[in-house]
Amino acid sequence: MKNENYEIPRKTVKEPLFHLVRRDELPVWRVWCIRIAAVLLGMLVSALFINGITKLNPVAVYQSMFAGAFGTPGRIWQTLKEMALLLCIAVGLAPAFKLRFWNVGAEGQILIGGLVTAAMMISFGGKIPNAILLVLMFILAALCGAVWGLIPAYFKSKYKTNETLFTLMMNYVALQLVEFFVDIWDKKQSHSVGVINAQTRDGWMPYLGGQQFLLMVIIVALLTVGMYFYLKNSKQGYEITVVGESENTARYAGISVSRVILRTIAISAAICGIAGYLEVTAVSHTISSLTAGGRGFTAIIVAWLGKFNPIAMTLITALLSFMSRGANQIASDFNFNKHASNILIGIILFFILGSEFFINYRIVFRHHAKKEEEN
Amino acid sequence: MTLTSFIAWIAAAITFGTIIMYGSVGEILTEKAGNLNLGVPGIMYLGAIASLAGAFFYENGNPDAVPWISALIAIVCALIASFLGGLLYSFLTVTLRANQNVTGLTLTIFGSGVANFFGGSLVKLSGGVGQISVSAASSAVRSTIPFLSTALGRVSEILFSYGFMAYLAIIIAVCAHYFLNRTHVGLNLRAVGENPATADAAGINVTKYKYTATCIGAMIEGLGGMYYVMDYVKGTWDTGGGLEALGWLAVALVIFTSWKPRNAIWGAYLFGFCYWVYLYIPSSIFAKLASMLGATNTTYMQNLYQMIPYLVTIIVLILVSKRKRRENQNPASLGVSYFREER
Repeated sequence: MKNENYEIPRKTVKEPLFHLVRRDELPVWRVWCIRIAAVLLGMLVSALFINGITKLNPVAVYQSMFAGAFGTPGRIWQTLKEMALLLCIAVGLAPAFKLRFWNVGAEGQILIGGLVTAAMMISFGGKIPNAILLVLMFILAALCGAVWGLIPAYFKSKYKTNETLFTLMMNYVALQLVEFFVDIWDKKQSHSVGVINAQTRDGWMPYLGGQQFLLMVIIVALLTVGMYFYLKNSKQGYEITVVGESENTARYAGISVSRVILRTIAISAAICGIAGYLEVTAVSHTISSLTAGGRGFTAIIVAWLGKFNPIAMTLITALLSFMSRGANQIASDFNFNKHASNILIGIILFFILGSEFFINYRIVFRHHAKKEEEN
Repeated sequence: MTLTSFIAWIAAAITFGTIIMYGSVGEILTEKAGNLNLGVPGIMYLGAIASLAGAFFYENGNPDAVPWISALIAIVCALIASFLGGLLYSFLTVTLRANQNVTGLTLTIFGSGVANFFGGSLVKLSGGVGQISVSAASSAVRSTIPFLSTALGRVSEILFSYGFMAYLAIIIAVCAHYFLNRTHVGLNLRAVGENPATADAAGINVTKYKYTATCIGAMIEGLGGMYYVMDYVKGTWDTGGGLEALGWLAVALVIFTSWKPRNAIWGAYLFGFCYWVYLYIPSSIFAKLASMLGATNTTYMQNLYQMIPYLVTIIVLILVSKRKRRENQNPASLGVSYFREER
């Protein structure tokens, strides 16, 4: 028998205080307002941290950081150099990450590029014209970096081997390889190579207009612009986007996924190898296990946060280079070690990461939600 | 190779393995909840520096420092610091839905910065001079079981010559294994990692599980950092970045064990063996290999032998991915943030 008058018992559902809704596209100016607010908050927290240790007031902190980063032409060039190196790696990583290939192996690819460059400087310095040597080193560094990236990429495309871990382990293999050659080349048993060709300057990147880093900055700028158009306007760049969004769609559209993976990672790793080349031939003129210096990891975050957009990546590298140069200044003023810069970079990045939430989601509170329903 | 040096190799492998066992068991718990935390090195760093700082402030200028109290302070500090690290990671990835890989890497940069900064300047900040050292806490952590550690000769040397933290690591790994496979809560946790939407529909509080698993996992990782400082480097600070490499190896071990805490026990010791191969393989073998490769100095070759743990990891990684056994795969939703209103 059916009871016609049966009424569904209405339990009062407890409505949560707020819930989250994914936002539609925010206007660009609001996106940047949120990001700038996050950066400012991060800088404030950084200043408070420095204040806690050095008792400098926050204004003085940034005065002294600013002086450290931009105080003299020499320091400006140092900051530019830091920026160029980080940006070069981030530009290299951008296509890999757009493909959703977690290339954590930039450190290793940089080291291998640097190692080959150093080897060429040692063996051929003075034996062939400098210009030819520089070009040869450039090509070889890119090639060897590419090979270092292709090994994990091959297994990723063939067996779906976890690339995060594979590339990470390749870093340490590269590191040991560098240590091995450092010991072989080191004549004084000091476990370091020292400045290569210090007298003859063979294989050193020439100083343009007396500036050590000018040519390097130009090369990185060209790479950045080139990568922008490659990703945005070329057929290959479009293939990267499709494979990154959905491998099945790519397959359906007739794109060979494994070919795109191999090609893209080769390009990505080659640019990281070039970063190692720049570090050795234009900056330090030596090779050691510290040549990559953790930039390979920081650059991942730069590429990801910059959404592979070269302008955004340039801005983020500028910010991070300023923070790290500034932190180094304060560290040397107060005789602390240089690791303080990593703390500040971490703080800033945490804030930028957190700010993405406010760009992608909005919070709807209970009473607002009711109003929206009534409307 | 003599028996003595072989036993020394085992002991070195177990000490080394204990550190990464903490790291990987903690990370297995985290990843079982679907959170891929690449901040393991950073969290281990945070645990390490907090334990060192805690013990230092207790022991500094305190001649009657009781070793076990100092060790206890070190443990509590390590737990608190790594808990905070895990909480920060959970807040960013679970609540704010930031990208997990990037958040983890940032945590590693931050943690290594904090640890190496304070490790290098803690003494100076507190107005002293010289290298930081916490002998009391370190001696308590390294003290072996009385009687058992000597009574049985060689057996004692192999099995009972370690501090209590080495055994605690095994106990935690066994507990984690039992928890994940035999308890209701553990199965719920795995459900969250496999398919959070289904778990949510079944009435499991996804957010709560993700937070709890990540924070407890981080605390276990922090203990690894504490053990590193107190036992491995004997209560001092090493600014060479050694702990970072260990943290990454711990992450590698997670995949090596195919997300099973039980396997982490022997896997960690195996990594330890591989890591120390270069010191304990007799130099005659070194010399032969070196001359085959044309190197005259055997110490050069040590650099190459130090690649072994990484190469082994790579080979295992390839083999595991080639076999593609279903039960050896990662949790299905690993690395993906869960948003209820988006299915």
